[in-house]
Amino acid sequence: MNKLIQNEMMKLIAKKRLIVIAIIIGILVMLFTYAQYKQVQTQREKLGTSDWRTILQQQIVDTTNRLSSSRISDEWKKQLQISLQQQQYYLDHDINPAEPGAPTFMRIFLESSIDLFIPLMVMVIASDLVSSEHSLGSIKLLLTRPVKRWKVLLSKYITLCLAVSLVIAIAGILSYAISGVVFGYKGWGAPILTGFNVTDTGLNTSEVKLLSLWKFLLMDFGLVWFVSIVVGTLSFMLSVLIRSTAAGMGVMLAALISGAILSNMVSSWESAKYFFMVNLRLTDYMKGTAPPIEGMNLSFSMMVLFVWWAAALLVSFIVFTKKDVY
Amino acid sequence: MEKKITLSVKNLKKVIGRREIIKNLTFDLREGEVFGFLGPNGAGKTTTIRMLVGLIKPTSGSIQICGNNIEDHFQEAMTSLGCIVENPELYPYLSGYNNLLHFARMLDDVGDERIREVTELVGLTERIHDKVKTYSLGMRQRLGIAQALLGKPKVLILDEPTNGLDPAGIREMRQFIRFLAEEEGLSVLVSSHLLSEIQLLCDRVAIISKGVIIRVDTVQQLLENRERVVWHIDPFEKGKQVLSSLTSIEEKDDRTILTDFDEKKTPEWNKRLVEAGVSVIEINRKMPVLEDLFLELTGGDTIE
Ligand SMILES: Nc1ncnc2c1ncn2[C@@H]1O[C@H](COP(=O)(O)OP(=O)(O)O)[C@@H](O)[C@H]1O
Ligand SMILES: [Mg+2]
Repeated sequence: MNKLIQNEMMKLIAKKRLIVIAIIIGILVMLFTYAQYKQVQTQREKLGTSDWRTILQQQIVDTTNRLSSSRISDEWKKQLQISLQQQQYYLDHDINPAEPGAPTFMRIFLESSIDLFIPLMVMVIASDLVSSEHSLGSIKLLLTRPVKRWKVLLSKYITLCLAVSLVIAIAGILSYAISGVVFGYKGWGAPILTGFNVTDTGLNTSEVKLLSLWKFLLMDFGLVWFVSIVVGTLSFMLSVLIRSTAAGMGVMLAALISGAILSNMVSSWESAKYFFMVNLRLTDYMKGTAPPIEGMNLSFSMMVLFVWWAAALLVSFIVFTKKDVY
Repeated sequence: MEKKITLSVKNLKKVIGRREIIKNLTFDLREGEVFGFLGPNGAGKTTTIRMLVGLIKPTSGSIQICGNNIEDHFQEAMTSLGCIVENPELYPYLSGYNNLLHFARMLDDVGDERIREVTELVGLTERIHDKVKTYSLGMRQRLGIAQALLGKPKVLILDEPTNGLDPAGIREMRQFIRFLAEEEGLSVLVSSHLLSEIQLLCDRVAIISKGVIIRVDTVQQLLENRERVVWHIDPFEKGKQVLSSLTSIEEKDDRTILTDFDEKKTPEWNKRLVEAGVSVIEINRKMPVLEDLFLELTGGDTIE
């Protein structure tokens, strides 16, 4: 098995996928860093201060103003109310929700890339693991060697998991290293609140806990990893089912993007919560924003994703070991 | 003494969709022989080979490689097998060496030593560390064979191994295959749609058409009495008369006459023509072509 994984790793490295992904992540992080930096600057200019309390207060005033406008939808109103309550809570407890520094940037980067960007990168690796063997024709050699088909597939899957972990590590390292140049490398111990519960009646703060940022980040990374493995496994299944890498990528891309769109408009279509793609924003539950559909929570989403993962893995193995190769 | 059977195929069938692509094939391969699999395009050669190497499942029938049924004992069966199905498709982004390393890792106890051995055997030592995408087709073909030989197989299966090679390459390939069979004792199954190729290379041939083996025989026996002579003569009518009095003739559209070839009689016929005052412009000995063989064997059935 070890030797098979070595083989897959050798091919993955020779294809230079990881390097391309690292470059893309690097560029994106630089853009993000610059955008963040600009935002901080304009805020400072507008308010004439860099004190976070003043900024937070101003944000609360802004949100309240927006809430009083009659032209916003009920749904949006609820979201705003929740974030208002949250902001107030932070202010009341004298905690900066966005302590400046690379760790905070990392947190924001992870939170905003969990449902699209990182899954996209994972997809780039996963979607041609099997289908490229078909399009090259090398599958004919791979499957006529004295190794059972399930072992061949398992070695590919393990390689995928390793590569996914590597991609997330790269994202973490690059976002820390690059943003730190601008925001400084400190702030691991900054306090952050988690455990907000969004309920029908609004925000429930009874279970709110204070965490060090590094602990919070560790959980965030765990969730991002979980989401990536699920998305990777789904792409992997498509790669087994569809011979063309491009078609497989297309399907996955459509699913991911539709998830991003659906999240904003499915609040009244309740059964949509069983789609994997509206369940990807796991880090939002940590932060405590309103879920796209009422009744969704962290364990629900993880359960849904787990079921999709298991089904995808099962289908991949059954099809790969059984199907005729032309 | 009968040589050992290394590959045994019994009542092999394959239905794809509703079409029966392969209908009841039965044949054996023996140690040290080159076995030809001859048939026109679409006859089902590649489909059969895909079943032999375990890429597709037979609808019914059994395949045994060195006594191991490939469904029940896949690993053992594949250990004694090397193959190239259609084109030698290795990883273009890896070097030749890394390709071999890749497939060596899929076998037990195949190390650097063996990789060097097969590289030398196919004459790729100088270019082995270059990327495969820089290789010519002939080199890829040789690398493919090197890969197939890594595990010291007993049976080698090659699907149209000379497709796309230049004449020198074809000759080299032919000599190499003969070498493997004669010196190394491998059983080699070679498919082809070219009779001329099979004729020069193989000991025995199976002729396959539309998924059915029409005949299995040694090359000599298949070709016996099937060489023809084309006569180009003037005046045509008179020459025709003379020849038809000597043997059975066949008149062609381009005003030539076809007769059987016979080493002793053909010069004699020529002499008689000359004596009768017919000028013989051309006598052309014609090797049998697949079409003719087919027409005869299938009783006028056309080739698809
Ligand atoms: N995947 C497939 N689905 C349906 N028919 C196929 C498939 N592969 C091959 N065939 C058919 O099987 C027949 C034999 O094909 P093949 O084995 O490739 O012939 P050969 O290698 O002798 O040229 C052809 O008529 C072809 O159309
Ligand atoms: Mg073919």
